[in-house]
Order: sequence, then structure tokens, then C-alpha cells
Amino acid sequence: MGNVLSVRQLSKHFILHILGGKVIAGCEEIGFDLKQGEFLGLTGPSGAGKSTVLKCIYRTYLPTSGQMLYTGKDGRQIDLACAPEREMIRLRRREIGYVSQFLKVMPRVPAVDVLAGELRQKGWEMERARQRAREFLKIMDINQALWDAYPSTFSGGEQQRINLARTLITEPRLLLLDEPTASLDIVTRQIVIRVLKDSKAAGATMIGVFHDLDVMGRLVDRVFGIEAGRSSTQCSPPQVATDLTPVPGHYYDSASVECGAGASTDRRGSGRIASREDTL
Amino acid sequence: MAATGEAVLDVRGLTRLYGAGCPDCLVLTGPDAGTNICPQCHAIVACNNISFDLEQGEILGIVGESGSGKSTLLRCICFDEEATAGECYFAAFGTGRDDAFSQTGQARRYIRNHLLGIVYQNPLMGIKPHFTAGGNVAEKLLTADVYNVSLIRQRAATLLQRTEVPLARMDDFPANFSGGMQQRVQIAKALANNPPVLLLDEVSTGLDVSVQARVLDLIKEIQRDLGIAMIVVSHDLGVIRLLADRTGVMQHGQVIEFGLTDQILEDPQHRYTQLLVHSML
Repeated sequence: MGNVLSVRQLSKHFILHILGGKVIAGCEEIGFDLKQGEFLGLTGPSGAGKSTVLKCIYRTYLPTSGQMLYTGKDGRQIDLACAPEREMIRLRRREIGYVSQFLKVMPRVPAVDVLAGELRQKGWEMERARQRAREFLKIMDINQALWDAYPSTFSGGEQQRINLARTLITEPRLLLLDEPTASLDIVTRQIVIRVLKDSKAAGATMIGVFHDLDVMGRLVDRVFGIEAGRSSTQCSPPQVATDLTPVPGHYYDSASVECGAGASTDRRGSGRIASREDTL
Repeated sequence: MAATGEAVLDVRGLTRLYGAGCPDCLVLTGPDAGTNICPQCHAIVACNNISFDLEQGEILGIVGESGSGKSTLLRCICFDEEATAGECYFAAFGTGRDDAFSQTGQARRYIRNHLLGIVYQNPLMGIKPHFTAGGNVAEKLLTADVYNVSLIRQRAATLLQRTEVPLARMDDFPANFSGGMQQRVQIAKALANNPPVLLLDEVSTGLDVSVQARVLDLIKEIQRDLGIAMIVVSHDLGVIRLLADRTGVMQHGQVIEFGLTDQILEDPQHRYTQLLVHSML
């Protein structure tokens, strides 16, 4: 089957006028191909440029140079690096989904309507959209008592699942995931893994940024390593732990692998106090 | 309803000067000059050669500091002010390529009454406080040539319900309403003629946060359900992020950057946009 996405020599530099025009390199000459139905994992240390690559593909960042050839549902090839804005809006509504690390929603909209709203954008009728949204909340294992509550009051893990659900419910063809399992407890992580596996089985092509190598190993077909903005390694997932662990001074030292495979490290904290940023 | 690819509004080279103006006004002002006042003739360039188009169902955000020309842009489009230069085309007017700015008063009134809805920051600019809430909606319908009283009554009730003004207060005077409720009456009135284009000028500014959330949600709902195209002017980036698909940034009368809203907020290119975004709470 053909490639859904071909990234060629993608570079992104940020020019910070506030710092007198200082140039910060996001990523440098990144290239990879992605076949229909494939799941590619992006790994590397914090600040390596993994999220930059995802955001360039979604065009939240304007790439500095390079190509990102996307083959649409209709077989048409579009270079996402220079597609007109409206073309991007259309693709985002119909084909390309992005799941950020944090949930940003309209304040005072119940969870069920947050999901239904995504379908309404695609022209679904209200009751049908709500019905589907309820099914999805169930799939995501969100407590039914919360369905009509506002997601900004949810725990971190619940918000993460709502965030994932609102993208998955539109059944995107290409799914970009920025740490979908970060700061989740083991049970929630299992749910997310299950849901992502289902999406893959349904034919979705995916790219995910992971720090948790255990989760990544269970989901992806191929791993693409990025270090300091550049491509570092490419391998298939079973090799991840064995190949990369022993290199001294390398990002994948034993501690981080252990940490990734063990219980999740909850950096954000949970509880019912909403993050201010999310509710803005 | 998603954008359909058909431009409902097309603005070309809109320019608005306050003062006599000289041939160099447009060149000597703007972000590079750091001012919108012409150093030669002291005319104020409120809008400097602004072009954009708007598709059905699309929400375009306009951000910028006070005095950057955002509101003047809207006021020119709805004929509250006379554009000094430029063209403006409404798909639903004439052949679709008839310049609205060069029309006579009568044609302009037609456009304003039938093809536009306007919501001002100050609700009292859009509604008459001593007409009843229902009467305000009726007024807009009458100007759009709807004369059947029972139909008007029905439509007013539907719209007020939609904007969550209690029906029990339909026959009360907005003068006695809270600011948030006045704003919702104004939105109901703006929607009365089912306009293809809705202009919103700082609609949520000054409302308390609980009312603000409802108003924003209402606007989003209107876009989804009715496919109305909107221009949302705000200096609040949070509002723009929640509502707009694409956003333009204005400074000193010029649009300095146009892009997808999330791109403007996360990867701003222009010096001023970076400053604006990094100042966000």
C-alpha cells in the first residue's frame, strides 16, 4: 500500500524577536515515510524536537523548509508544508487528528457535548452526535456520573482520556499523538492502549511521541529516534530496550528505561483541581 | 457546519483615513514606522490596505492592541463608517461582484438589513433599551421586510430562547436587564434576519466570566448550526483561540500576520505577535 505521509528534510527554526532575533533550532532535516495503517513511534530526550515534528505536520508550526507529502482519502497528494490555511482546516476536520498533552475546551460545556461538538462540526445531527459521544465515553471508561459535568473539573487522567476521545471520535485517517499516556495510572494507560489498538485495527495511520518505552513497544510498528533535532536511530520496537540501553551517556540509560517500564511517573498530579491553563 | 469553500464576503484593500491625507500616508505609517499617524499630514490611518475573504461557516478572528484599527475595520464593512478606499463584495448581493462600498444609500441599507448582523461591544449600541426585548428583534425583522406579526412574535421567541433570555421577559425593557442579558438580546437581534455574515466586536469584553462562557458557547453553536460566517474582533487571545479558525493580527492599521489560529498562538512569526502571545496570562 502507498505512503500516507512522506516527510522529507523537514526543518523548523524559531526566530525569537524578543531575544534580538535569536534562532532556536526545533528540528533539522527529519525524513521518514509512513504507510497506511502503520504506527510510528518518535522517541528522544525532552527538547529533542519530537513534538516540533508533530506540530509541523499539523501545521501548528510553520515549517522552515522541507516537504510533508500527505496522500488524502481521495488519493490527492498535498504538501502540508505549504498547503493553504483553508485546505489545512478541511484536512483537520476530515482526515488529520492531533492529540495534545493537555485538554483545552470551551468552559462550561459538558463532557458529552465536547465530544458531540466534534461530530457536529462534521455535520452530524445533535441527538445522533450525543448518542455516539455517550458510546465513546463508555469506551473510554469515564464514570457515567461525569458525562454531564465540565471536563475542566476532571482529574488529570480523565481529562487526558476526554482529550483523546474528542479526536478519536472523528475517526481521523492520520492521527498525531503527543504523549498520549503521559502521567496516567496503570489502569487508565491500559484503556488508552486498548483504544489506540482499536483505532489502528480500524485502519488509522498514527505517529506518537512517547517517553514511556513500555507503552510504545506495545503499540508501534517502528521507532524513529530524534536527538538534538536530528534523526538518531530507526529500529523496530522489540529492539528498543536491548539495543539502546547499554550505550553509556545515551538518552536511554538504564534508569530511564526502568522508569518507562515501571509504574508511571505522575508529574502533573491528579485530584480534582483543574489546571488553570486548561480552563482558559 | 463546516466551511464550504464559497466566499460569502471578500474585502479588498480596505483603507480608512481620519483627516485629509496625503499621497504618502499609507507608506509612512504602519508597524515599521511604529505609528498610525502620518508624519507629513498628521492624518490617522486606522485601516491600511486590508484584504481578506470569508467562507460560509468560517470564523475569522482579528486581534490587536487598542487603536490598531480592528473596530474601524468592522465599522467600515457594516457602513457605520465610510471606507476611504477599497472594495467589499458580498456573495449574496447583486452578481456577487458588485462593490458594496460604491453603492448608494438604499443598496447599502439593503445589505445591512438583509445580509449582515452586527453585535457591538456596548449592547446599547445595538438595541434600544426602551423597546421590549421582543420589540428589538421585531425591529430588525421589519427592516428585513418581514411584516407578519405572528411570524415576528414566533421568531423573536425562538431567538430569545436560543440566546437564553427567559421568555417571561420578552415583553420587558432591556433597560432593566443585566449587561449579560442585554448582550444576549443584542445577539438575538443580530441573528433575526438570518444573516450570512455576522460581525462581532468585543462581544464578551466586560461580561462576568460565567456569562462570557455562555455567550462564547452560543456563538460557536450558531456557527455550527446555522453555518453563519463571522468576524470576531477581540483583544482577548483566549476568546480568539476558542472561536476562530483563522486569525489576523493588526498593528498600527495594518494586518501584520494571518494564519491558522493555533499557528498564530504557538508559532507567531511577527515581532509584535510574539510579544502579544508571550504576554498572555
